[in-house]
Amino acid sequence: MGGAVVREYRYIGKRIPPRDAFDKVTGIAPYVYDMELPGMLYVKLLQSTQPHARIKGIDYSKALSVSGVVAVATGRDFPFRIGIYVGDRDLLAIEKALWVGHPVAAVIAESPRAAEKALDLIEVDYEPLQPVFDPIEAMKPGAPLLHPDLGKYRISPAFKPRPGTNIANEFRLSKGDVDKGFSKASVVVEGEFSIPFMSHVYMETQAVIAHYKPNGYVDIWSSAQSPFSARYLLAMSLGMPVGRIRIHVPYVGGGFGGKAGLGWEPLAVMLSKKAGYRPVKLLFTRSEQMRLAPVVAGVKAWGKLGLDKEGRIVAYQARFIFDSGAFGDYTVNVSRTAGYACTGSYEVDNVECLSYAVYTNKIPTTALRGFGYPENHWVLERLIDMAAKKLGMDPAKVRSINLLKPGKSKTSTGARLREDAGDPQRVLEEVIGSLGWGREPSSTDKPWKIRAKGFALSVKGPSQPPDASSSAIIKFNEDGSVDVMVGTGNFGQGTVTSLAMIVAEEFGIPLDKVHVHEMRSTNDSAYTWQTVGSRGLFTDGSALLEAIKDAKSKIKRVASAVLRVSEDHLEIGDGKVYVKGKPWHYIPLERIVMGYLYENGNAIGGPIIGAGRHIAELNTFLDPETGQGTPTIFYTFGGTGVEVEVNVLTGEIKVVKAVQVFDIGKAINPLLVEGQMIGGFVMGQSRALYEELIFDEMGSVANPNLSFYYVARAKDMPDEWVLKIIETPQSDGPYGARGIGENVMIAVAPAIGNALYHGLSVDVRSLPLKAERVWRAIREQNPKLYKEALEAVKRSIRESYKKLREALVVAR
Amino acid sequence: MKVRFKVNGVEREIEVEPYELLADVLRERLGLKALKKGCWRGECGLCTILMDGEPVKSCIILAVEADGSEIYTVEGFSEDGRPSPLQESFIRNAGLQCGFCTPGFIVVGEYLARKPRISKEEVKYALSGTICRCTGYKQIVDAVLEAHQEYRKE
Ligand code: FES
Ligand code: FES
Repeated sequence: MGGAVVREYRYIGKRIPPRDAFDKVTGIAPYVYDMELPGMLYVKLLQSTQPHARIKGIDYSKALSVSGVVAVATGRDFPFRIGIYVGDRDLLAIEKALWVGHPVAAVIAESPRAAEKALDLIEVDYEPLQPVFDPIEAMKPGAPLLHPDLGKYRISPAFKPRPGTNIANEFRLSKGDVDKGFSKASVVVEGEFSIPFMSHVYMETQAVIAHYKPNGYVDIWSSAQSPFSARYLLAMSLGMPVGRIRIHVPYVGGGFGGKAGLGWEPLAVMLSKKAGYRPVKLLFTRSEQMRLAPVVAGVKAWGKLGLDKEGRIVAYQARFIFDSGAFGDYTVNVSRTAGYACTGSYEVDNVECLSYAVYTNKIPTTALRGFGYPENHWVLERLIDMAAKKLGMDPAKVRSINLLKPGKSKTSTGARLREDAGDPQRVLEEVIGSLGWGREPSSTDKPWKIRAKGFALSVKGPSQPPDASSSAIIKFNEDGSVDVMVGTGNFGQGTVTSLAMIVAEEFGIPLDKVHVHEMRSTNDSAYTWQTVGSRGLFTDGSALLEAIKDAKSKIKRVASAVLRVSEDHLEIGDGKVYVKGKPWHYIPLERIVMGYLYENGNAIGGPIIGAGRHIAELNTFLDPETGQGTPTIFYTFGGTGVEVEVNVLTGEIKVVKAVQVFDIGKAINPLLVEGQMIGGFVMGQSRALYEELIFDEMGSVANPNLSFYYVARAKDMPDEWVLKIIETPQSDGPYGARGIGENVMIAVAPAIGNALYHGLSVDVRSLPLKAERVWRAIREQNPKLYKEALEAVKRSIRESYKKLREALVVAR
Repeated sequence: MKVRFKVNGVEREIEVEPYELLADVLRERLGLKALKKGCWRGECGLCTILMDGEPVKSCIILAVEADGSEIYTVEGFSEDGRPSPLQESFIRNAGLQCGFCTPGFIVVGEYLARKPRISKEEVKYALSGTICRCTGYKQIVDAVLEAHQEYRKE
């Protein structure tokens, strides 16, 4: 692995279709959304109509009289808070409602219809309080406080909330001396940037079934990314033994970070108990999902970048204010990550990045694919192009000069980048090469439609606690096939297929003799911390390789006795254990994996089981004052290039060409890697061009549906794709692989922003780059271009009119 | 009210309330759980079925409106549990990730791939009524076009 010898692989590196595809194309794959249990009840939640209000009383007597209603619960029933990093969440509003949509009561009934009917009959007596919707206002002294008890919440050690304010977390990265750095700068650029709230729009809305049994065991079926951490957090907050809670995860209809951490399991469990220990199901419609379930934080940012006359970055300063909405639970870590990784793919000696997560009276927020990196890249990757232009230098050159050098450079957190971290220079070259950067974009047949090119680089590492761990178990069956037990989730990334390929490769057995269960269950899957941060293949793949090694050594021990050679002289491959150099001396695996039977009836060995584990080595906590330390197990380098066509008169942007380049160490399955590169691009494009949750004057989501919240459709995807995988192996990754799932969407928005900047001399710093915003920017910043386009269109109308008239004359 | 329709080749007769949606009747009453809902209001296309040969979104059609029609859901395209050529093409091209949208795309995909002639642009536009958040659509479009070639050979 990772050595100089190039091995011929049977499966690794091959384009193998996803193993669960059959279940999915035929529709037999079960999701929690589809599941029902005998005696199951349905839950509907009453949403607050007030953005910030004291709840003086809730009268649900009429609701209880609706036929089919079993029970009604309110925040009074569950007077405790939960969370993964900052325990600020309630199950149902406790004393105060914090946003329009905040669940204040739950109805449990025999049918969803009965529950819905009962919702209308609940009367809530609100005493309105002053709300605050803008995070900058919310940070000011004297702003209305959402969480006066912040100081009493359970806080995970890496986080620093400021009790008595709305600041859920404050993070500071500081290295070198920024003032001194800026004093050496030839050019300095700075600017304010913003990103709106967005919705994950995983196609399966939140769904959970919980059954609290009278014997103290809890069974949960959840559409979740992180059954193990959800179980642990649930046990802690309910004061239950971990082993009594079993979380089962069937197929999951997308997650993108939105189903990580702790979800709706605690509420469902408590409601099951409240309903007399019957199973209950919580399922959100899309509009419920978009008004009450956590979305993605909006960000207001500022950045300042200084280059010396050679183009070297001499100082960088940035500030990110994450609008976490009513709960900051997971967003505190997103904001922290945006801060500690603020210098992207570059080596910068003088840095200061501040990052905050701030409470406002809006829908709560959580993780999203990319986790702080799309946010910090939107600032830095735009500033680099602005600074390069000011300096009169090619932005590709500026990037090349400043890129981190594996083995030599120190990252933003002061950790030396490992020497096999990848080849960022080559990523850059491939991006600009494939994009044809430096060559004029092709022209269009309509002069008011202008083509432009832009690109950006990206880097991403998992943001996980230093002791986050994973494990894997493999066990053999009678026919020599292998059952694989892992914890890493299966919601479309393809990790499960790659893990099966690894097992088939290592034992030299056909892929269809490797069985990885599609479902996860905390009581019979191997443990993994969470399936987040692009970590699955790296961490769980490493654990799996150790499990394979373990099983191999157990097989060899038995074979050594049978074949009468030492274990060192045995090899496993082609479904056999054989003597090195004498492959004709062998035992087929199926004759040994359940125990070897001699001719006289003696038997040795027994069923073979291999176990393996993984934990990050040499990671550290970050220094609480300076943010210095080693936060991650790998960084994946990548880059995105785009050619866009902009309609100058309408501001509409069409992406005509996409270039995606990533150094992922090793593509175990290029077909599925490409799937990530394409899917991530379109998600990134969708966020860059269309997506934004709109809030009305009550802070309420005004577009909780998929008509007014537009996500990219098939017609929006680029016409031309260039997908390049670079393979600079990382010695501690499985077959040299690094993670890819998130990086694929990080550079898309800055690449498009940079294309506008270069091609149209229009600088837009707020996302999304929607038509109206771009149209306004063109009119304000480049009125000449707009005028020319207008003239061109008038000319073309006149010409067609003339042609039409001539035609009419002829016709007469 | 009584409605009669043919679902995946089988005659069904069922008592429905006038307000019941076709999607709910197919899914909850007839157990065709491959049919998914992603928006509940005609925006996402996940609940697409073929009704008298045309793709329609079953979450915005009343069950009573389907009286007398012939309906196909994703369950109706595989024969003896074997995937159809289009379903095979989705597998080969990895035209799916989480799979939640897949039943909707298979239904429209069958409709498109079986047309005598379709262009890539037409496929892109026709598939734009259905949302996939995972794949970025390229592999889905490729899968439909590839299956189209196969159906033409038949
Ligand atoms: S559920 Fe019918 S179109 Fe979305
Ligand atoms: S595969 Fe997940 S939504 Fe399409």
